[in-house]
Amino acid sequence: MSTKTVVTDIKQVTVRFSGDSGDGMQLSGTLFSTLSAIFGNEISTFPDFPAEIRAPQGSLQGVSGFQVRIGEKDVYNSGDKADVLVAMNPAALKVNAQHLKRGSIVIYDTDSFEEKDLEKANYQTQEPFKELGLEQVHPIGVAITSLTKASLEDSGMEGKDILRSKNMFALGLVCWLFNRPLEIADQLLQQKFAKKQTVMKANIKALTDGYNYGHNIHLTTATYRVEPAATEKGFYTDICGNTATAYGLIAAAEKAGVQLFLGSYPITPATDILHELAKRKDFGVKALQMEDEIAGITSAIGASFAGCLAATSTSGPGLALKSEALGLAVMTELPLVVIDVQRGGPSTGLPTKSEQTDLNQALYGRNGESPVVVVAANSPTNCFDSAFEASKIALEHMTPVVLLTDGYIANGSAAWKIPDMAQYPEIKPPYVQKYYDGTAKEWKPYLRDPETLVRYWAVPGTPGYTHRVGGLEKDRLTGAISTLPDNHQKMVNTRADKIKRIAEHLPEQEVLGDKDADTLIVGWGGTYGHLLEAMIQLRDSGKKVALAHFRHLNPLPKNTHDLLKQYAKVIVAEQNNGQFAAYLSGRFKDVSHLYRYNKVEGQPFKVSELVEAFTKIIEEK
Amino acid sequence: MNATTIQEQTRLPKDYKSAIPVRWCPGCGDYAILSSLHRAMAELNIEPHETAVISGIGCSSRLPYYMSTYGFHSIHGRAAAIATGVKVANPNLNVWVTTGDGDSMAIGGNHFIHAVRRNIDINIVLFNNKIYGLTKGQYSPTSDRGFISKSSPYGTVEEPFRPAELTFGARGTFFARSLDVDVKNLTDMLVEAARHKGTAVVEVLQNCVIFNDGIHSKISDREWRADNTLLLQHGEKMIFGKEGNRGIVLEGWNLKAVTIGKDGYTLDDVLIHDATTKDNTLHMKLALMDLSNGLPVALGVIRRVEGPTYEREVERQIAEVKGRSPQNSLTQFLLNSPNVWEVK
Repeated sequence: MSTKTVVTDIKQVTVRFSGDSGDGMQLSGTLFSTLSAIFGNEISTFPDFPAEIRAPQGSLQGVSGFQVRIGEKDVYNSGDKADVLVAMNPAALKVNAQHLKRGSIVIYDTDSFEEKDLEKANYQTQEPFKELGLEQVHPIGVAITSLTKASLEDSGMEGKDILRSKNMFALGLVCWLFNRPLEIADQLLQQKFAKKQTVMKANIKALTDGYNYGHNIHLTTATYRVEPAATEKGFYTDICGNTATAYGLIAAAEKAGVQLFLGSYPITPATDILHELAKRKDFGVKALQMEDEIAGITSAIGASFAGCLAATSTSGPGLALKSEALGLAVMTELPLVVIDVQRGGPSTGLPTKSEQTDLNQALYGRNGESPVVVVAANSPTNCFDSAFEASKIALEHMTPVVLLTDGYIANGSAAWKIPDMAQYPEIKPPYVQKYYDGTAKEWKPYLRDPETLVRYWAVPGTPGYTHRVGGLEKDRLTGAISTLPDNHQKMVNTRADKIKRIAEHLPEQEVLGDKDADTLIVGWGGTYGHLLEAMIQLRDSGKKVALAHFRHLNPLPKNTHDLLKQYAKVIVAEQNNGQFAAYLSGRFKDVSHLYRYNKVEGQPFKVSELVEAFTKIIEEK
Repeated sequence: MNATTIQEQTRLPKDYKSAIPVRWCPGCGDYAILSSLHRAMAELNIEPHETAVISGIGCSSRLPYYMSTYGFHSIHGRAAAIATGVKVANPNLNVWVTTGDGDSMAIGGNHFIHAVRRNIDINIVLFNNKIYGLTKGQYSPTSDRGFISKSSPYGTVEEPFRPAELTFGARGTFFARSLDVDVKNLTDMLVEAARHKGTAVVEVLQNCVIFNDGIHSKISDREWRADNTLLLQHGEKMIFGKEGNRGIVLEGWNLKAVTIGKDGYTLDDVLIHDATTKDNTLHMKLALMDLSNGLPVALGVIRRVEGPTYEREVERQIAEVKGRSPQNSLTQFLLNSPNVWEVK
């Protein structure tokens, strides 16, 4: 065909790949985001998959999606609604109907839109688009299944195996639509399937044929180009939050010159941290899959006692199981990083969905007066810095630190400039030898640094400093068991004070947007990208507004109180029923002008909804 | 002979005692266990600062306070998991766990079996007094069916665990049994446990003088001990009794206690103890011998077999992987990973 397709330049686009959980949509999506990042775009991804590994084929429960947003710049989140949907079956179309923009393109596999397929997805009619009210979209039917079969009939693979390359044919179509160079995709496939030559060749063929098919039959009148971003110079890779968290721990152990230990138990959506660290024996990481959540944290406490940077990774239900042991780490004042990749709750809740509902559990979920440091990561790449910082605080202040991430940033990915570790701060654990070199007589296990109130770390194996720690209340100096009333009061106060004083070592809370705004948006953790974009859109529409997005939740940055008082309206937006808002108003009694925006659907915020809700509050007299 | 035994002994039991006054009830069996542990460590000649004693909750778990070593009195049931972390973190430490039947068989049952299954090189000293002492007298997972206690006023309606069964069920490599009142044998058992590479379980039949006094008296009292116990020794005939004329023979699939020279049994019929056979069937039978089935209670090292230890396997894998692909820095590693691109 000779007709030339018009190439339209666009700033940003959101693509959603959707199909059965066995259709390989996660892989199509990952490859598309990675190759776009390598091409030079900013990316943000959102894998949205069911808890079932393989729900019945073609059913609504089994739909697995992967959303990728790419752009020249300013890609702060994975996007509200899709510009392009790839629907491998009618169930995928139905589930995603509400996530489509007006005028979006829907590429669907005509081979799987037969009567029986429509039935499986509970359609009442034979006209799925009409039935779903999707009259404003551009459906493009492609016989993906039969074309993939034809593409690979000489590949030497079995029929069933051939069908597994359908996702690559679909990816080829999307690559054509967005003018993505196929060379990068080829390279990625070569790396991914290096050990399976037949599969690799088949996938490359299906991908190329999909691309050519789009090109040759002139599938749409226009294709799109998203120009490479003019990003900071350097080397980049794309990374998801869980992997970044694992690397942050490795980086901290490297800085501190200690061994990294992870005690963990598999739990969605945190398990990839265990997977990554189990691989990293090349860094000497000791990652143990223990018999349960409790053994995960207690083995880490043992390793911490013995001198490691010790961590345990989990999600909400696991944190609940770990709470008694976390109290032990508070009492024994040992360094420990507890990573909670939050998911929907309560109980088993929504394992594969994302929420911010564990804040109260992190802050308060223990018996006794039991303060811990709480840090929250705000994006996939920020998981690296947050894990590094959590480790630094734990090691230098001899305290457990809870690092809150969530399913959205843990599984989502973004382009990440490979850090130069020389630019990161030193980590100096308060080893007892440094303070009492050769004069062990002066030392007592609960003797503290007068400024930070941190007790010194005497690691087993060190001569001259044998001592006993434990969960019973300790004498303020000797560490011997003590039930004396005034000693207990003093120890309760000291443990609280020790955590409070960490604020002296934290940066002040940053405010983005208009300094003279009347309205301050407050958020924390994984909602950063959405709140930032909402703020930008509000400012673009002429509103004066600022954003304070918190990463340090306990202790709060020193300027928090002053900051909240500066604004006439403060809107606390979070994916729970107002836990951070309640925490702030409980802490600062005169901060009474808090508005709340809460959504607990297990899904990321939608910027359009945020803008609408915030506008209403801003305009309220 | 092991290197530590040839070395000249330079330490005394008191070197392992802390200054803290011991606060168990007068007459408690725990005193003898503590003293045996001090003696065993002196005999092993281990450095106090290279030793960590970890415990959970319960009377037995107060023990680390009375040691001059590093110690960790943790939370109920978790000592085995904490000890696993300590040992993996630093395989050069001598790691001991002191625990009770409630701590290790009830709330900590899971950690107990998994530590044993992994064969991590720790020594678990299990004080079995068949009662919860610190909470003032409830039945425990090792209390016999029908046992009357504050929480079972009409007698328990459940079967007890037998620690040896759990140990062997978890494919344990070392199990020994001893008595709180036999300091010499108990010291020997603790030494044997420490020398074993892998998880060593020493069940100590211990008397709770307040809440379960005399629970083991048919075994531990001098009057009964010779007739009611059999001290197993590797490579030796299974002979017991005041007169030294009783022996254990195999009849069909079962063990039987016989009198040598009676009913046609001779010394040749008596079994020779082999603690080192891989197959644990006979070890299980020996460990489960009980007065109720007409057999003496076995003491001594019942099983001691070699196997790879968890912490050494972790070290081995690390060395292997590092040898294949050494990593100097995270930045370098990331730069060399797939999917890296440069923005110029």
